Parts: sequence; C-alpha cells; structure tokens
Amino acid sequence: MPDWLHIAIPPAPLLFAQLLVGLINGAFYAMLSLGLAVIFGLLNIINFTHGAQYMLGAFCAWFLLSWLGLGYWPSLIIAPIVVGAAGIVMERLFLRRIAKLDHIYGLLLTFGLALIIEGAFRQAYGSSGQPYVIPPELQGAQNLGFMFLPTYRAWVIGASLVICLATWFVIERTRLGAYLRAATENPVLVQALGINVPRLVTLTYGGGVALAALAGVLAAPIYQVRPQMGSEIIIVVFAVVVIGGMGSIMGAIISGFALGLIEGMTKVFYPEASNTVIFMIMALVLLVKPAGLFGRAA
Amino acid sequence: MRIARLAAIAAALTVATAAQAQITQDTVKIGVLADMSSLYADLGGSGSVEAAKMAVADFGGTVGGKKIEIVSADHQNKPDTGAAIARQWFDQDGVDMITDLTTSSVALAVQEVARAKNKVILVSGAASSDLTGKACAPTSVHWTYDTVALANGTGAAVVKAGGDSWFFITADYAFGHALERDTSAVVKANGGKVLGDVKVPLNTADFSSYLLQAQASKAKIVGLANAGGDTINSIKQAAEFGIVAGGQKLAGLLVFLSDIHSLGLQTAQGLQLTESFYWDMNDETRAWSKRFFEKTKREPTMNQAGVYGAVTAYLNAVKAVNSVDGPTVMKKMKATPINDFMTKNGHIREDGTLVRDMYLFEVKKPSESKGPWDYYKLIATIPGEEAYKRPNGNECPLVKG
Amino acid sequence: MSGLSRTATNRIWTVSLLLLAIAAPFFCYPVFLMHALCMALFACAFNLLLGYVGLLSFGHAAFLGGGAYIAAHVMKAWGWPPELGILAGTAAAALLGAVFGWLAIRRQGIYFAMVTLAFAQMVFFLALQLPFTGGENGIQGVPRGRLFGVLDLNNTYIMYYFVLAMFLVGFGIIVRTINSPFGQVIKAIRENEPRAISLGYRADHYKLVAFILSAALAGLAGSMKALVFQFAALSDVQWGTSGEVVLMTLIGGLGTIFGPVVGAFVIVTMETYLAQAGSWVTIIEGVIFVICVLTFRQGIVGVILPYITGRHRQPLGQPAAMPETAPTKIPEAVGGPS
Repeated sequence: MPDWLHIAIPPAPLLFAQLLVGLINGAFYAMLSLGLAVIFGLLNIINFTHGAQYMLGAFCAWFLLSWLGLGYWPSLIIAPIVVGAAGIVMERLFLRRIAKLDHIYGLLLTFGLALIIEGAFRQAYGSSGQPYVIPPELQGAQNLGFMFLPTYRAWVIGASLVICLATWFVIERTRLGAYLRAATENPVLVQALGINVPRLVTLTYGGGVALAALAGVLAAPIYQVRPQMGSEIIIVVFAVVVIGGMGSIMGAIISGFALGLIEGMTKVFYPEASNTVIFMIMALVLLVKPAGLFGRAA
Repeated sequence: MRIARLAAIAAALTVATAAQAQITQDTVKIGVLADMSSLYADLGGSGSVEAAKMAVADFGGTVGGKKIEIVSADHQNKPDTGAAIARQWFDQDGVDMITDLTTSSVALAVQEVARAKNKVILVSGAASSDLTGKACAPTSVHWTYDTVALANGTGAAVVKAGGDSWFFITADYAFGHALERDTSAVVKANGGKVLGDVKVPLNTADFSSYLLQAQASKAKIVGLANAGGDTINSIKQAAEFGIVAGGQKLAGLLVFLSDIHSLGLQTAQGLQLTESFYWDMNDETRAWSKRFFEKTKREPTMNQAGVYGAVTAYLNAVKAVNSVDGPTVMKKMKATPINDFMTKNGHIREDGTLVRDMYLFEVKKPSESKGPWDYYKLIATIPGEEAYKRPNGNECPLVKG
Repeated sequence: MSGLSRTATNRIWTVSLLLLAIAAPFFCYPVFLMHALCMALFACAFNLLLGYVGLLSFGHAAFLGGGAYIAAHVMKAWGWPPELGILAGTAAAALLGAVFGWLAIRRQGIYFAMVTLAFAQMVFFLALQLPFTGGENGIQGVPRGRLFGVLDLNNTYIMYYFVLAMFLVGFGIIVRTINSPFGQVIKAIRENEPRAISLGYRADHYKLVAFILSAALAGLAGSMKALVFQFAALSDVQWGTSGEVVLMTLIGGLGTIFGPVVGAFVIVTMETYLAQAGSWVTIIEGVIFVICVLTFRQGIVGVILPYITGRHRQPLGQPAAMPETAPTKIPEAVGGPS
C-alpha cells in the first residue's frame, strides 16, 4: 500500500480521535450560538457583535491575569459579569433605540459596533495575540488508547455541556424563562401583567453577551487571545444558528455540536473545504427547511 | 440661488481634489508598505516605518541636496489594496522606492506594478522564493530572507540531525505552498522523505485535527509551513496534544522573534528556526537594537532590521549615481557589496536575491533566559551561497538556466 | 431661480455632474476615480435589490468577484479582447445570479441574507481552490488590451472614459428600470408583497429578474475593476466586500438613485487616503455604520437632497414617496426620528 493511502483512509482510532476533536470545536459553536439564539429570541436582533464580545471575554481574562494577578478560575466568573455589564450598557445606549425597526438595522448596527471594538483592540494590542497559559489543575493529558486527550479539552466539553443544558433549563423550565418566552410572543400583554419587559430585554441581552464572554475565557488558554478571534468565528456561528433555527435554544445546542463533528470529518477527508462545509449545509437546510432544523415556521 | 450653491460645491470639490495632485520633485520619497493592522502587523508594521526613519536620520536626512521623505500605508494583507497603493504612490505621489512588503501575495502584486513602471522595490517581509524565481523582476531585490533560505537552514539542519521523515502542515495559500515545496526539495536532496501533508485554510484557530493527522503519519518531523498566528496556534496546540512528548519534533519553517514573544518560552522552548538577524548577536546588533527598542518598546524582527539595511543601501546607491531612475540605481546596488550591522559581505544576485549568511537558532529554555526578549541561542551559521542555493535550479528568466 | 421647473433643475444637475466627471481626471488621480466608479456601479446594483426590492443580499461580493475572475481569466489566459472579456464577466455573474437568485428568493429578510451569504462563501471557496484562480494571489497582470482593436486602454485617459461610459450605461439601466412599469411593480412588492400578488403580479418572477439584473451589473463592475487594476483579487469575493457595499449604500442613502454613488466615493476616498491610518480605518467605518443606523438612516443624499433641490422637489423624476421609503416593512425605519 502506498504511503499516502494511510492518510487518505484513516484507521478507526484516528477517526474516533477526530470525532472527539470535532466535538470540542462543537462545544464552542454551541456556546456561542446559544447566546446568539437567546438574544435573537427575545430582542429580534442578529447580534453581529457576538464575536467581538467573545474576544472581549478572552481579553478580560488576560487583563485580570496581567493587571490584577487573578488566575483562570476567578476569571471564569468575573469576565462574563464584566463583559455582560458592558453588553447591558450597549443595549441601553444603542440597541434600544432601534428596537422597533427591521431586523436588518440591528444587524447593521451590531456589525458597526463589532468593527469599532475589534479595530480598537487591534490598535491597542497589535494582532499577534497575547499568551494565556492553561491553569495548572487542567494541564496534562489522558491517554484514551486511541488518542491523547488534553485534560483542558475534556474540561471544555464538560463545561460547555453543563452551561448549555443549564441555559436551556432556565429558559424552558423556570418561571423566569416562562416570562421570557411570553415576552417574545407578546411583549405588550406581558407588560400589562406587571412585568418590566424592557428590563427583561436588557438582562437577556446581558445574559447572552455573558455567555459569549464565558466562551471567550474557555478559549483563551487554547487559542491566542487575539483581536481577530471573534470575527474569524462569528460567520460560522451565524450559520450554526441559522441551521438550528433562529431563536431555538435546543436547535442551537444540537446543531453546534453536530456541525463541530461534521467539520471535524471534513478536516480529515477534504481539509481545504473545512471552512466552507458549514455554509453548504446551511444553504441546503434553508432551501429544504426554511426555518432551520428546529425553528418554528414564521 | 441653487445654481450658486451648486457652483460653490463643485468649486470646493475641485480645490479639494486638486490639492492632492501635487508632484514632488525636490524630494526622494521612500514608501513603507506594510501590514499595519492585521496578521503580520507585529513583525513589520509601524516598527518597519520606525526602522526606515532611523535609516534616513542616520543618512543625514538628505541625499544629493534633496530631502528624503518617508510615506507609509497599510496594505491589510490584500494584494489588490497593496497594488493599488503602490500604483498611486508611483503615479501620483512621486514615490521612488517601496520597501517592507510583508506577505508574499502583496509583494508579488506590487512587484508587477514596479516592473511595469521600472521602479525599485526592496522586499523585506515577504517569504516566497517566487519573487526571485519565476516572477523575478529586474528592479526588485528580495532583501531579508526567502523560503529557499529557510528551507536550507531549518530543513537541512533537521534532516542532518536525523529528522529524515516529514509531515507538513501547510497554510493553504501560495506562500504556504512555496514554503512546503522548497523545504520538501531540501529534505529530499538531503536524503529524507516526505510522508504526507495537510493543507489548512488560512486563519484557522483550531489545529488539533491536523496535528492528529500528523501524529498518525508517524513522521519524525512535523513541518509547519505557515506563518504568524497560524504558526503560534499550531505550536501551542502541538504542546497540548503531546506531539513532542510522543517523540515527534516540530520544525517551524517561518518563525519570527515576535511569534516567540507571543508564545512564551515555556511553549516554544527547543524549537529550531532560521532567521537572518537576532538583536543579541554582537555589539553592533545590540547597539542598533537598543536604539530601536527605545523608540518602539520592542526588540526588532529580522524584517524590521532588513528595512533599515535596505533603505540605507538604496540611499547609498542614489547618492553614488545621483539619480532615482530605477534601473540605474539597481545597477549600482547590484554592483555594491552590502555591509551593515546585520549583513556582512552580502551581494545582490542577478535574480534579485540578496545573498547573505543565515543563522540557525534554537529557542532557549525558560531557565536559560535572562528576561524578556532573551530567546535565542545560535546553533549554526549557514553561509550565504549555501543558504540561497536552489536545489532544483531557478526559473527566473533574468538568469538563464 | 426658484422659478425653474423640476425637469430644468434635474437637467442642470445632470449636466454639471457629467461635466465634472469628464473634467475630473485632469485634476484628480484617474485610477482612484476609476476605482470609485467601479464601486459606485457595484453599490448601485446592490441598491437596486436592497433599496427597491427590499432584499438584503449579504453575498453580493460573489458577483463582483465572480465577474472579475471570469473577465480576468478570459483576457489573460485566452487572450480575449477587453470588450469580450467584460461581456464574459457580466454574463458569468448574471448566470450565477440566476442560479443563486432562483434558490434564494424563496426566502425573506434575514434568511435571504443568510442564504446569499452561504452561496457567496462557496464562491469564495471556489476562488481559492480552482486551478485557474491563483489562490490568494488572484489573477495578476491582466492585459488591458485594445478596445474593439482600436482604442489602447493602456492609456489612462482612454481607460478612464471607457470606465465612465460603462458606468453611465449601467447607471442608465438602473434608472430606466426603476422608472419603468417593472420598477413600479418591484416597489409595490417591497411595500406589500401579498397585495402585489393578489393584484396578479408574480412576485417571485419579478424578484428573480431584479436579482439577475443586480448580479449582472455587479459582475460588470467587477470586470471593469479587474481591467482597471489588471487584477482579479480574492478580497473581491470575501464577505467583507459584501459588508462594505452595504455600508456604501447605507451611508449614501438607501433607495435613492445617487446615494450609492456618493457612498462609494466616500468609502473609496477614505480607504485610499486614510490608508496610512491602519486600524483607524476600521474604527472610523464602524463609527459611520453606527451613526448611520442610529440617526442618519436616509444617508447623505437623503439628507442633503431636499436642501439642494428645494424642499418638495424630487431628483431625476423620482416618485414623491422616495425619501420616506425603506427596505423594510416598517415605515418608521427611515421616516421618524428614534
């Protein structure tokens, strides 16, 4: 058998390893698309700033470490709160003013904000990125027999699953979530029932942004903390949300993980196309099922 | 009323645009066309502008009675943007020479413009050996390094040290392909073999899948034919997935000092790489770098140091021939040996390559480093003639054969 | 002067702008002007879709870049003359537009934007991978050649007037379309699609024709750009270019005839003359985006036109409702202050 054939047709263990790696990327897609879906569900805004907010989360962790000496674990709590608060300010200052307009204006406004944030960080911190080390508790790797799984990556999958399911639970199974869903359907009626809908909207946006920042902190130790890290991933995450069905929480989670797996397989069989395969799937899904896989038909 | 208003607007427009059309004849203009904002801003960018300014200041600020002026712009790593700026600089702004030109695709595009207009370009930041190979141009010099020199440096050294089977993780664009092609040729010429490769889309954040493929190939050496953020990410993640712990070695084929600074020594230690300059080599390099550091708060990369050397050599040639005519200046430059703080006894080959010694470095362990920027130890010096020798000959039409 | 009729004012406007365009290369850098004209045509083509049909395409770069690549390839590799090269680029973009449009117009709003983005990303992938496209180097060194075998396009001025002529042709097609019965129907579809359908108009059919026309004109702009810069570049098919054309249209004035032209000139000027500023260009673009969306949704033309042409006069025979319309179903999108 010629040498190249070994690589073209990977043996089963390598395939398993690739699936697992795909799942890790899927964890990031799921967390990011989750936040986007939550925001879209309530605010009807396509939050283009989401990538920048993910980047802000990572940078916030880096600031905490290099300015205050606070390590990974405190950052995991503080960074989402700080960035979420910044999101709340953004919502109050900008997004509220266009709330009644077409979706497209929300998309354009957040696109502009993303350009400003990314440009400012590039101006201030350059582009080659800041190092952030894996916390000592999570260094090292497990030998799974078929692969060498870094402990930190295992933690990312676990943490992301917990975060995703917790978010789903809050929105679909609690009283607060019920208000949220009701406000999505009919804000006027919910307001009339004595619930402060504008505040609910603000908090939801803050929550969605905090999810992005949390994903950013999780990403900081494995990817470089770079100004462009958000804009590189945001377009893919959009596709994930659209495939799952805009506004569908479970759809975002499932399609996030599933597309991670599919992308992982593409990287083995046709790596050049790994950036494009998600868009092919998106086009197919939208043509067959316009509201996405899990979306309610409008 | 309205007509008057219209006329006023038209007049204002005319004045505004006419003001931009001035032509400079009493100055020698040098353009620094760099990546100021994107992937490679740290290894060239504003540091290159600073280096060019230092060269002009050291030269005395004037040449042949004419003031020397520096202009700079950001090509954003887009060849069309770069070519458009170069065209405008040559056509309209009276720029006589362009330097830096980080990113191979931009350098190739600007070289086409320069060829058509017979202007001098001195490429410092770009890597692809095609610049002096099949795309070579009579008035351009590839100054600081190229993919052939990198391959002859890192590639040959690694094979000779026993790393005779390779797997490439290659950035899927022309520069990555050139780096892989040149390194493969050197590996094979030294008796090694290439087991496989994987082409990775540009700006990939996650390399784990490709690293696993490299691991499965059982190659002794994983060659990283990429640059900037891609190299940083792949080295970082290779450490995570135990590539080195598993007995394979990484060969970073194009790594800059700024990349090591980003990575940190903990991750980068032991990496072998080829560069044409390191700030801490001798008194001369330290003295120059100290001045550079005072201005930029960073130690210079080889690209930035190369810009200084290129600008100085250009000004010397302009002074000698008392002209800024491209072919005339280039003839003089090719006839003059290059000697400055980073280049000793260099000369410009007919195809436009600056032939100079290259250095094989190894990244220090954290315990060996005395502090920030103390990163490299010298392993070997590769003589210029050896470093820039193409194993498969040169396709450049300027040098027959 | 206030006694002048509307048509007379328009005529003065048109003639003085035309004179300005003809004189421009003698006091302004011609390549910059050609670049701006190409982008202006691109933005006008995009505006035809967003401003008059109400469809936000987030993948128009595919047509600009597609046209550029095909034109560059046939002129460089096959040695076609420039007029045929441009024809080929335009035709290729129209074909691409027919396929994408046929699939995409079934969706609306944000889903339409996403489908077009997805298709554009596939075109980007092809542009990176196909053997003839040169990867991220693009197709360089495209010969300008001789137009109809006579006019040497290597002469900057001849090239400029050719670009200007092609721009005027494209612009004329758009103006004619908007003011034709066809234009009235697409505007009716934008305002209220169900009603237009109930009146017996096949809305999808009209949308598709508008989409193909927009794609073809974007392809024409791309082909011209390839000829001007002798270069088909990968960034022409990148999604950033799709975002940029939205910015140009928005800043100039959505749904106005001259808006995209003004927007294109503003953005190209900024990118050309602020190139020294590095990341600041991105930041400034972002700020403009935000300001436009928050306070300035009529764009430059939407705001200053009423001032210049007199309050109730409309430019170039536009229907009276023009400045109030928006690409959305919600009227306050453009009208009311927020």
